[in-house]
Amino acid sequence: MLHTVNKSPTERNTLESCLKHVNKGSVVLLIEDGVYGALKGTTSTKMVEQALKNFPIYALYPDIEARGMQDRVIDGIKLVDYSGFVELAAEHSSVQSWL
Amino acid sequence: MSEATGGIHMEEGGGGKIKKFLYLNRKAPYGTIYALESLEVVLIAAAFDQDVSLAFIDDGVYQIVKGQHTKGIDVKNFSPTFRALEGYDIEKLYVEKESMEARSLKETDFLVPVKVVNAAEMADIMQSQDVVLSF
Repeated sequence: MLHTVNKSPTERNTLESCLKHVNKGSVVLLIEDGVYGALKGTTSTKMVEQALKNFPIYALYPDIEARGMQDRVIDGIKLVDYSGFVELAAEHSSVQSWL
Repeated sequence: MSEATGGIHMEEGGGGKIKKFLYLNRKAPYGTIYALESLEVVLIAAAFDQDVSLAFIDDGVYQIVKGQHTKGIDVKNFSPTFRALEGYDIEKLYVEKESMEARSLKETDFLVPVKVVNAAEMADIMQSQDVVLSF
């Protein structure tokens, strides 16, 4: 399953809840304000780094760049563009959008 | 006059009392429309010669981060507009220290000069206003 998260972790608990509900073989993609969850040195960094040990986390690069966060992404988070987003959606049997 | 200002009584240079307006920004840019709408209202209100301050707390601090490039998401990059505020005599921009630090941001990461204040100081700034507009 592909999980997408589009809310900032410092505004909603969406990312926290999502990360608790990811099974083996599933992946997480951070989009829109969700990309703030991909950053180093924030209050959610530890939680995300811990999650990275168990499943891959991707972030949509155009959303990172729009917010000026291009030099702040946690090592190990994979950056994708829109066609990468489409590929992830096609690779997985279902998509769960955390809102 | 009150029709154009949404019921807020303002007199342009007419000797009316100058009020202190604070625009409180708590939302990240682009994910919602709040940040852009706030800036639009600030620019409109700038025409009325009031005492205007902007505050950035919580995710609002992300609005004024340098290096925003929005071509990839096909949305207008409004961050350069913050630099134009000085031209409208809007020079009081406050950033809350706690919000900034929770996001690993430094004063040098912002695209305009700001005054960094702690939460208690921000509370005093809010208290001293005639009007607080929250976005």
